[in-house]
Amino acid sequence: MDSPGCALLSASDLSFAYGRVGRKIGPSTDTLHGVSITCAPGDLVGLLGPNGSGKTTLLRLLTGLLRPAAGRISIDGTPLSQLTRAALARRIAVVPQETHPAFDYSVLEMVLMGRYPHLGRFALEAPEDIAIARAALAATGTDGLEDRPFTTLSGGEKQRVVIASALAQLETDTNRGGARVQPCGSFLLLDEPTASLDLGYQIEVASVVRRLGDERGIGLVLSTHDLNLAAGLCRTLVVLKAGEVIASGPTADVLTPSLIRRLYGVDAEIAMHPRTGHLVVVPVGREAAP
Amino acid sequence: MNTTGGTTFQGRRPDIRRRLIITMIAFGIPTVAAIVAAPLVGSTTIDLRRVLDRSVPISENVDAQIFFIARLPRTLAGALVGASLAAAGVVFQGLLRNPLATPFTLGISSGAALGAMLAITFDWTIGFAGLSAVPIASFAGSVGAVAIVYALSVARQRGLSTSVLLLAGVTLNAFFSALILFVQYFADFAETFRTLRWLMGDLDVSSFQPIVAALPLALGAFGLFATLPRALNLLSLGPDSAGTRGIDVTRAQRTAFFSASLATGAAVSVGGPIGFIGIIVPHLVRLLVGSDHRLVLPASALFGAAFLVACDTLARTVISPVELPVGVITALLGGPFFLWLLVRR
Repeated sequence: MDSPGCALLSASDLSFAYGRVGRKIGPSTDTLHGVSITCAPGDLVGLLGPNGSGKTTLLRLLTGLLRPAAGRISIDGTPLSQLTRAALARRIAVVPQETHPAFDYSVLEMVLMGRYPHLGRFALEAPEDIAIARAALAATGTDGLEDRPFTTLSGGEKQRVVIASALAQLETDTNRGGARVQPCGSFLLLDEPTASLDLGYQIEVASVVRRLGDERGIGLVLSTHDLNLAAGLCRTLVVLKAGEVIASGPTADVLTPSLIRRLYGVDAEIAMHPRTGHLVVVPVGREAAP
Repeated sequence: MNTTGGTTFQGRRPDIRRRLIITMIAFGIPTVAAIVAAPLVGSTTIDLRRVLDRSVPISENVDAQIFFIARLPRTLAGALVGASLAAAGVVFQGLLRNPLATPFTLGISSGAALGAMLAITFDWTIGFAGLSAVPIASFAGSVGAVAIVYALSVARQRGLSTSVLLLAGVTLNAFFSALILFVQYFADFAETFRTLRWLMGDLDVSSFQPIVAALPLALGAFGLFATLPRALNLLSLGPDSAGTRGIDVTRAQRTAFFSASLATGAAVSVGGPIGFIGIIVPHLVRLLVGSDHRLVLPASALFGAAFLVACDTLARTVISPVELPVGVITALLGGPFFLWLLVRR
């Protein structure tokens, strides 16, 4: 069931432009041209690029919130546009940078909202859904928070609860009792999930994310500005600049001083860190004016 | 009202089915009790046993006549208006992601007021299905306001912009109020008096006709409300979070907007713009049952009915024989409550 290659989230040659009705698109509008990206089960793909390079737009296209002007996105070879919204939601979940509910929900209620795409139109959550929600809380280390109001949590706790909600959303299993079948070919897209967190919470969230790929075989796409997070977490990088992919491939090949200069105009040193076993990026200074 | 029930089912029990049943019973019983009790209270005291005494024909049973003919229409109108406004308040708060939104935030009531005032000032005599011109004109006014606000909210980009909805509604409220003052300047004293009375919000209903006319509209709105609670839960996380959990955001927003507007328009055509029901009731209900819209929406409809019937009974009796407009009572209760809410947040 969850053998590698049973599912692939793949986008090829995507183009997109934000436009208003009856207005020409200016060159400054956030657009994508000919972008391709692939994510297999268990993959952890990092999406890098300066502000406005189209990272969020690409993630919104991959979730079906936006429709590409050209190009094709498919999951298991099926175009996204042929799936119903609920079917798509059972395969792809999203963790935004921040979540601010307008009303006070308990942590468990927040996680149970992930089960909605699995329920009939007027159906209420069954005990199985609550069991799935509790398992998702346990998987993100938030099982003690079940009854707490979501708004009273710390930033790191909130983000882990939102990840738990996404896990509950991707859990397709219906056979209870025995070992839980891992969701095959489900994908989690994280849009700068650690951007508003302090260092301690960043590491907390990163370790949860790493486990999802390693232990559950979920395909992860993570956009971030944090080069060291990407270096430590992602095996593959896709680098966007001005709506185009300027580099993609294994992290060690892509993450080079010349790339960082190209992206941000910053001189940086990159070295293998002996204790962590991954690359570290140390910005040295703004690139000298020519 | 249900202070003892609050701690037992507030956000603790995960079993939504059980919480829903408890909530419906806990809010249903006081609602039925209020509707039965309210017609018994008034300047003439009547007895429920004599009202229901089948051995006396209704033509000779004065208690039954007072109960069913003189007072029940007004009570039922209160229940219908209260349920509609409270439920519409819940839906607008969820749609706009703003707990301080009310059914009148988007300009519906001022559109209705403009319509009613034009009908009063220019003495329109159109009638339809036994209704007089004022409720018809007020409903037409609310439809007009809804159409303008909706057209503006979808004009700028794909989808429905709730921020434009909010700003357009608030602006329209102010603009319609200016138009009302403008037309009032040319009205005579009697017309101004009637308009002012209408604006206070009054349930002076003496026949079943207005209820029969508004009921299909309200039922249509409640039918649409039944499809909304889950979408409202997700929408309160933000449109993108809702969209990635499998709902059609624009369609849910459109359904929420039109159904809540319909309920509001129907309620205002019966009782005028009775304020604060749409905000007091949902917030009290949330304190008792938590924020899940699958509980908040039906509980608010029931509690709204009971609450307005109780307020109206108070309005009829507090300085009897003078019958105050119920809108005065709800505003006197609602203003301080709203301020308390603002500080509490």
